[in-house]
Amino acid sequence: MLKLKVNGTVRSFDGDPAMPLLWYLRDELRLTGTKFGCGMSLCGACTVHKDGKAVRSCMTPMSAAAGAEITTIEGLGANGLHPVQKAWMHINVPQCGYCQPGQMMQAASFLKTTKKPTDADIDSAMSGNICRCGTYQRVRAAIKSAAEELA
Amino acid sequence: MSAIENVSRRGFLKGAASAGAFVLCVRLFPDSLHAEGLPGNAPVDRAAFHPGVYVGIDTDGTVHIIAHRSEMGTTSRTSVPMILADELDADWKRVKLEQAIGDERYGSQNTDGSHSIREFYEPMRQAGATARMMLTQAAANQWGVPVSECSADLHTIVHSPTKRRLGYGELASAAAKLPAPKVTELKFKPKSAWRYIGKGSPSNDLPNVVTGKAVYGMDAQMDGMVYASIERPPVLGGKVKSFDDKEALKVAGVSQTVAIDPFQGPWGFQPLGGVAVIAKNTWAAFQGRKSLQIEWDNGPNATYNSDQYKKQLQETARNSAKVVRDHGDVDAAFAKGGKIIEAEYYVPHLAHAALEPLVAVADFRDGKVTAWAPTQNPQAVQDTVAKAVGISKENVICHVTLLGGGFGRKSKPDYVAEAAILSKKVGRPVKVVWTREDDIHFDFFHSVAAMYMKAAVDANGKPTAWLQRTAFPPIGSMGDPKLNYGGGFELGMGFTDMPFDVPNLRVENGPATARVRIGWLRSVANIYHAFAVQTFADELAHAAGRDPVDYMLELIGSQRVVDMTNVQNPNYGANYDVYPNDTGRLRKVLEIAAEKSGWGKRQLAKGSGMGIAVHRSFLTYVANVVEVQVSEDGKVHIPRVDTVVDAGLITNPEAARAQFEGAAVFGTSIALTGAITATNGAINQSNFDTYPVARMREAPLQTNVHLVESDAPPAGIGEPGVPPFVPALCNAIFAATGKRVRELPLGKTKLV
Repeated sequence: MLKLKVNGTVRSFDGDPAMPLLWYLRDELRLTGTKFGCGMSLCGACTVHKDGKAVRSCMTPMSAAAGAEITTIEGLGANGLHPVQKAWMHINVPQCGYCQPGQMMQAASFLKTTKKPTDADIDSAMSGNICRCGTYQRVRAAIKSAAEELA
Repeated sequence: MSAIENVSRRGFLKGAASAGAFVLCVRLFPDSLHAEGLPGNAPVDRAAFHPGVYVGIDTDGTVHIIAHRSEMGTTSRTSVPMILADELDADWKRVKLEQAIGDERYGSQNTDGSHSIREFYEPMRQAGATARMMLTQAAANQWGVPVSECSADLHTIVHSPTKRRLGYGELASAAAKLPAPKVTELKFKPKSAWRYIGKGSPSNDLPNVVTGKAVYGMDAQMDGMVYASIERPPVLGGKVKSFDDKEALKVAGVSQTVAIDPFQGPWGFQPLGGVAVIAKNTWAAFQGRKSLQIEWDNGPNATYNSDQYKKQLQETARNSAKVVRDHGDVDAAFAKGGKIIEAEYYVPHLAHAALEPLVAVADFRDGKVTAWAPTQNPQAVQDTVAKAVGISKENVICHVTLLGGGFGRKSKPDYVAEAAILSKKVGRPVKVVWTREDDIHFDFFHSVAAMYMKAAVDANGKPTAWLQRTAFPPIGSMGDPKLNYGGGFELGMGFTDMPFDVPNLRVENGPATARVRIGWLRSVANIYHAFAVQTFADELAHAAGRDPVDYMLELIGSQRVVDMTNVQNPNYGANYDVYPNDTGRLRKVLEIAAEKSGWGKRQLAKGSGMGIAVHRSFLTYVANVVEVQVSEDGKVHIPRVDTVVDAGLITNPEAARAQFEGAAVFGTSIALTGAITATNGAINQSNFDTYPVARMREAPLQTNVHLVESDAPPAGIGEPGVPPFVPALCNAIFAATGKRVRELPLGKTKLV
């Protein structure tokens, strides 16, 4: 039996400790905002925050999530929309939208440590998140816009 | 020939009506998506006033509009209903969108071919105008005044002389009793009165998407549902010889395994067969599957090796083949001697790789199936599922979730049929989840193609004769594996409709037999045809020492409609009189692209170059100028793209801009890295490590989209941005490095 906190709620889990956090969130807690895209940390669709930092939940075993505080897209804007979500709305970033929870979780984590991101900073922080529709230039613009609001 | 022509993208599997009703609790669906309607019983149908299948009005004034097309990121779920709302003069804030189930009463629901707006612009206007005119008549009757004194004004009917008003809700019941006007009697709003068309709106799904509440196929759930992961035959047409599931059944959470029957040709949209592992969650199903021991009979496609196939295809393209367009006398012009320029081009198979892997939930119960699926074509789901489980298609209810990308793959419902087959065997709702590896291995691949081009040029470098030949395994092979010539619709995508003004022209098509499942990918045959034609044009320009834009304008020639006499001219299913191939519009987008991009006027950094390409597809004219910078170690960086689009009347300009921004990224993937290959019949690529797609750092830094104002009938938006981007990028690379890219992906070409 291991315990973890998900979006502020304490949860316990007694299944296969090798099961990735992604499937616990999706299949057990039914928090489906976190997406499955590749299963190998190659696309970033499954990005959540573990103790405040972006991690790929598809390759984070439950054993590694024990005792951690996990935040998913459903918990990102605990008090209304997070500045990143607002920027995503304002710039109208999504097309199909499937990758966007992962993009936003990555961006929110990145902006905690990088207050004034350059294009190169953004490339480096965001290139692990694939968007097959090709919304990258709007993702970039939204990150800059959110950075201004957070400043 | 007729067999080939019977296979069109939309006609491949025709949908049918659905009927019958049973309800299973489906949770988590937000109101905006939840198609609670059963056949003939959607909120639209239940509304007090519903003068057709697309719109209904409640007595409280709520306007229900059916979104019968699938949403995969183009905003068609928002933009198509918006046309109806505009003509109805409805207040968009009081409109409730309802995703349609698969039902042929809505007309085509196959959301591909960039035709949602093109095909439904008129029907939506007619539906809106019908409802508005009936509401107006109801108000006139109530007031006892001539209808000519009444008009619609944002969800109300107003009597102009007295300024009296009645809301749509107040009029709904009375309007319902009136006869509907004939289509010929409909009066449409003048353009000056449009509220939404041409102004647009963000997707209705935007708030749910940014909060993680949006429900995709991957997120669909049914009570009592179990999860399945399927080990499919690694080679197309392979069969299970024997399997051992002892270890799989030991995996915690795994409840059983189920063998799926091998498919019978032709391939169509059938499941591929294999062995499914059923479990209580996705992870357990994946783990159980890894423990399966299966012995395969790989069948005849085990001899397929893409390297060898490529050589054969290129050889086919070098030899004379079936003539599909011919005017003047190409042979005589070549025989005259003079300067001859030849080039060969090659584009490999490509995978769709939508970010949401294929997935579906289905419940088989009492001889009926209810499915929830991210599908581009719910009517094809009805047909395919019905055949797979031996029921009539009327007994298949297909609910459509949001799609995490589609690009053509999700028009082919093999994955939904798998869920239905398994549910029938297991006796519970089953969710089939494809891994990324499954999604790439078992795609309906974009066709590999080899093209050969030859021109004789005069002293000014202008072609006097032009021969172009294409060879590719056709999409029609899905219906008939022996088919080896391209369908008219494929050849008409950038090849037989080639617009250049050349006195002697011949277009040929050589045969190629498919060894994998072939399907359509965003912009289809235009991808390889535009690559060959637009690169070759650039080669001729440079050979003549000419500026590529000036040269291209000369090649296109004067304003005219491209003469397609004696040429099969599918024209994307549209009437050529209404949607002619107009070289004036082609010239115009090219000229604007040159101007907006600062062509020939900007100082570029070292190692940089600009390239141009212009192409008509899906009835839309697009020119691209791509600026590229190639680093000393051969890395390609794309600082700027200018895209000019003439798509006729554009309903949702903001969404259109997004589609063309995205097309440049999609094109970047095709140009830089996209390649599917096979060894002994099995696909070599499996995930984003071996099938890379463009990431932020490779994607264009800035794509400027310029939309040409036009009152021409609406044309395609989702696909036409892809075809010219790829050759424009490769032409830019030539300008930057002097290296000519004739084979994709360009990683095959040494740039430094």
